[in-house]
Amino acid sequence: MNWKTFLAILARDAHVARRNFVALLFQTFLQPLMFVFIFGRVMVGSGYMPPSYKSLLLPGIMAICMVGTGIWAVAMPVIAEFQFTHEIEDRLLAPMEISWLAVEKVVAGTLQSLAAGLMVIPAAWLLLRPGVDLRVPHPLLFAAVSLLVALFSATGGLALGCSMQQTHIGLMFSLIVAPMIFFGCTYYPWSALESFPILQKAVLVNPLVYASEGLRATLVPQFPHLPLPAVLAVLLFANFLLMAMGLRKFYGKAVS
Amino acid sequence: MLAGIRTVDLRKVYTSPPPVAAGVGGFSFGGSKAKSKQPKPQITALDGVSLEIKAGEIFCLLGPNGAGKSTTVGILTTRVRPTSGQAFIGDHDVWLNQVVVKRLIGVVAQRPNLDFNLTAREILTFHGAYFGLSHHERSKRAEALLERFKLTDRADHMVRGFSGGMMQRLSIARAMMHDPQVLFLDEPSAGLDPQTRLLLWEIVREYNQTGKTILLTTHNMEEGDALCQRLAIIDHGRVIALGTPCELKASVPGGFLLRLRFGVHSPEFLERLQSLSGVREVRATDGVGADLYADRGGSLVPAVAQLASAAGVELHDVHISEPSLENLFLHHTGRSLRE
Repeated sequence: MNWKTFLAILARDAHVARRNFVALLFQTFLQPLMFVFIFGRVMVGSGYMPPSYKSLLLPGIMAICMVGTGIWAVAMPVIAEFQFTHEIEDRLLAPMEISWLAVEKVVAGTLQSLAAGLMVIPAAWLLLRPGVDLRVPHPLLFAAVSLLVALFSATGGLALGCSMQQTHIGLMFSLIVAPMIFFGCTYYPWSALESFPILQKAVLVNPLVYASEGLRATLVPQFPHLPLPAVLAVLLFANFLLMAMGLRKFYGKAVS
Repeated sequence: MLAGIRTVDLRKVYTSPPPVAAGVGGFSFGGSKAKSKQPKPQITALDGVSLEIKAGEIFCLLGPNGAGKSTTVGILTTRVRPTSGQAFIGDHDVWLNQVVVKRLIGVVAQRPNLDFNLTAREILTFHGAYFGLSHHERSKRAEALLERFKLTDRADHMVRGFSGGMMQRLSIARAMMHDPQVLFLDEPSAGLDPQTRLLLWEIVREYNQTGKTILLTTHNMEEGDALCQRLAIIDHGRVIALGTPCELKASVPGGFLLRLRFGVHSPEFLERLQSLSGVREVRATDGVGADLYADRGGSLVPAVAQLASAAGVELHDVHISEPSLENLFLHHTGRSLRE
């Protein structure tokens, strides 16, 4: 393994992310924070939502930001660079095994996703306060869940990006990402689906459910949530599966 | 360390769409119904190509679109997996030692593939970083290459707004950035203006003089003729002729080619054309045309015209080509390179 090349390519991605920082900021945070403001502030303030909804909403918003960022950061470049601009070719010819380039993309996506997750907590907290009750009883567990969620977003981005045609980008968001968010227990806890038993079972195939419930379990454990061991196990499994699938498809795209 | 190129009986059969630059024509996917019932369409892009390119040589693959040039380059640059056969850069098997090979080669792809998120200078310095050059070394080389390729005044601009010629120059500069032993140029002068083409030729020759091996593909015969020490003409995935430009041109019977068109002609008339002095070979191209390979050109026209008028055949058109690689390609395939 050629670490010099790997790190140089990572540095290239960091350089590009820095260059597009302001645009990335708006793209990542504007919509979730507007949601936080309307539902957490306006609706709670006007009495349509109970005050405890503020604390319940925050982990879900964090999950949306992290997953959205990771998928966007990996899938979009993969789609564009392979199909449209071909600009990935220079990096494919760098002296390193091709699969490591896919790993590099996942590392870059994970880092961006983690940054988004860590930045949205204070931003949402500022918008919502007072009345947000974050407890974080086990910081290490919270860190582990965050890392798994970030990895999930990046590996998911790789698998999606390598399976999609450029013309299907719009479809990818409306057909995969949007339902994933709405049925991902982001705006409500999984237990809230008790009165919809079929839906409650069905959403369990959605990895985002485990991401939001895991963050809920570690940030605001006072609310009902899925058992943490189950969350960790499923996220780990999803990461392995998506990584394996992403690597295989990436290689298939890189070598004909 | 000098490195040549060798391929042994390379074959490539595509069962999925070939890369765009491989330019294999006539490929289409059936609908979803056809997919499940019919076997995958198979396209043979290379059909047993064996080449030996010496270290320090400028070698050219000449052929029409879809002949297999880009597939050959793709295999030699680790991007295409050969169906069978082997490819070597120096002593290294390309497929088995990809990372070692990638250090030895520089590649200029057929279509621009510059990193649009970077400036011209950053494209060069990051490329240098991928190859482990020190910060000082890559800045120095980038500066020199930008100067050599006349890009200094746009060095810190994003490449999105560059013209085709500027992008092509930058692609070549990038490929030279890590000082590779073997440089691949896939259709390097496509879309370049004559001035830039000359600059490109000059730079290629200069790079070659430092002992580097250069493999370029083109469907432009003048380029092959002017630039290459040896060339291979390929068509339908096979090498149909190999040698120096002079040898190859000399191998065309007579050297000159007269492409004639008549109102109508007959086999007897063609036989009479064959008997004219200096004519080496006559080939009917269709019902009304004939290709005459001869050792002289214009001076043969009166005799042809006289013969035609005597036989009552109307002569519509005469086109004379001096000895050229185009004639050679035509002689081997019956088709023009430009077709």
